[in-house]
Amino acid sequence: MLKGLILKEFRHIMRDPRTLLILFGMPLLQLLLFGFALSTEIKDAPIAVLDQSKDAQSYALQSKLFSSGYFKLEQKLINAKQIEKSFETGKVKMALVIPPQFGYQLNHGKHVQVQLIVDASDINTGITLRNYAENIIRDYQNQENPTERPFMQIVPKIRMIFNPGLASVYSFVPGVSALVLILISSMLTSVTIAREKELGTMEVISISPLKKHHIVIGKVIPYLGLSLLNAIIIIIVGVWVFDMPMKGNIFILLLECLLYVLVALALGVLISIRANTQQEAMFTSLLSMMLPTLLLSGFLFPVESMPWVLQQISKIIPATYFIEVIKSIMIKGGGFELVWKPTLVLAFMAFVLISISIKSLKTRID
Amino acid sequence: MAAIEVHQISKSFGETKAVKDMSFNVNDGELFGLIGPDGAGKTTLIKILVTLQKPDSGSAKVDGQDVVSGYHHIRNIIGYMPGKFALYQDLSIEENMSFFADIFGTKIEEQMELMGDIYKQIEPFKKRKAGQLSGGMKQKLALCCALIHKPKILVLDEPTTGVDAVSRREFWDMLSHIKKQGISILVSTPYMDEAARCDRIALVQEGSIIALDTPKGIIKDFAHPIFGIKGDNNYHLIEELKNMPGLRSLYPSGEYAHLVMDDKNQSSEEIKNYAAAKTHQKIEIEPIEADIEDCFIEMMQHG
Repeated sequence: MLKGLILKEFRHIMRDPRTLLILFGMPLLQLLLFGFALSTEIKDAPIAVLDQSKDAQSYALQSKLFSSGYFKLEQKLINAKQIEKSFETGKVKMALVIPPQFGYQLNHGKHVQVQLIVDASDINTGITLRNYAENIIRDYQNQENPTERPFMQIVPKIRMIFNPGLASVYSFVPGVSALVLILISSMLTSVTIAREKELGTMEVISISPLKKHHIVIGKVIPYLGLSLLNAIIIIIVGVWVFDMPMKGNIFILLLECLLYVLVALALGVLISIRANTQQEAMFTSLLSMMLPTLLLSGFLFPVESMPWVLQQISKIIPATYFIEVIKSIMIKGGGFELVWKPTLVLAFMAFVLISISIKSLKTRID
Repeated sequence: MAAIEVHQISKSFGETKAVKDMSFNVNDGELFGLIGPDGAGKTTLIKILVTLQKPDSGSAKVDGQDVVSGYHHIRNIIGYMPGKFALYQDLSIEENMSFFADIFGTKIEEQMELMGDIYKQIEPFKKRKAGQLSGGMKQKLALCCALIHKPKILVLDEPTTGVDAVSRREFWDMLSHIKKQGISILVSTPYMDEAARCDRIALVQEGSIIALDTPKGIIKDFAHPIFGIKGDNNYHLIEELKNMPGLRSLYPSGEYAHLVMDDKNQSSEEIKNYAAAKTHQKIEIEPIEADIEDCFIEMMQHG
């Protein structure tokens, strides 16, 4: 009986270009979009300079900054009061403040501070600008002062405005993988079950001798294979296009993907119980999976800095565990000894959700 | 033993009472028709009998098993053809059939005895996708799929809706053929003219059975003289005659208007004279036999 169900499902997939497009096109697109959107190269970022020193060294530092190609001078400031204004107009992304007697202090081996003020309303641009500027300043310092006076230092003192609690480490491949896999997988099962409801074939299947677990497993198995294929594509793109490290064991990673996808497919079955049309199923999956995965899984915002209630919610979000697992395996190169805890949670979730979806599948209409 | 026993079944959806206290039996080997207009409750009743829905009250047995507690047995022995064409549009005839054969744990070849005659008609197109078939062929395919596990009881919900007249006749021929092989059949239809093809029928109106008998028995009970009348313009004719003394009912039916009178001894001449005085139309009139539709309208208006 199962063989027939699975064969039928594969025929549907192969004959429906739309499903195939969603299945393989969307993950790639999302990964590439997220990837390139988040790693945009900075070019000619407009900055403001408040040079209170106006000596050879301060000019040298500025010219180094502007000759890098990353920054261009948008506004010369005369006093500190203008800094805030220049940000408010939105014209500049960063301001460099050089203190009085910059060159003098530098030459006399004193501790010198320059200040970088960065517009962090756009986190990623903010971080990148800061890093570039820091590096250039450090370069300048090394060039002025190769070895003989190690005590002399320019210490960039950085203040992030608009978003002080900014997360510093950002690795999007695990997050996007978690997001894409759960979206696609839950959509696949929910949409295909909803399609059978629309067609009326669900009625016929419901009153066939098929048991509920046949119906659920018959839906899950074909899409499990496809979703796993999807996971592999995502990992390959992550490693090749975005230079994600792959330090751990690939088989353990795939096993984890399998577990996670199983959770997502079961969630899709649960969604389809309430959704009667394909559209309804699609939107419900999209909304119910996307926001929690994006916001509460630690993908965009660190779980540690969330209020207690949200932290508890993040504990029931599958992506939280999956992201942890991917990071451990791909970046840290850990094996089971490092990931057994989240793995256990995922396995438990998969088991419970599959059981619930079998239980709650209706083979009667009312 | 009756194939289907329905005992005081009721079912409501919110405020709407779809089925009100219906009772009837479908005997073994019988072709039983549920006849009634759209919204009469036929589909709801059928869904209860095929174990898709639960009744609010009352009970029903199919093949001796209760539709609520014995649903597992029932699902194995009934063939069900839903009102909507419920097959996979993107699968071919052959693939649809082998899928349904598979979920019922059988093979197409094993069931040729029962559905062979029907399958032969669509076999030349077996590689064609179900979505590309004509209405008549879809219906034959759906029937094949419903028969694929050799059910004891076949339940068909408005199988001929949206199908042309020739295919409809063919379809009823097929049902007679299936009946001969000992399968009990319950079929619903809004077409009154199909009632004559059933062994017994129940006329259904607003969730209740208003008559239950053989088609002939129902017609026999029609106790009033009935005439077919035709003029140059039947619409105007009906308007002009509707206040005629002794008139019981008057309604269009195909080419003619049907005219039912109270007086058993009513002659067609009298009507013709009355009509001639009222209108300048050329009028044809003759006494006719009542059909199921006439009986249905009589019961709705005067029952």
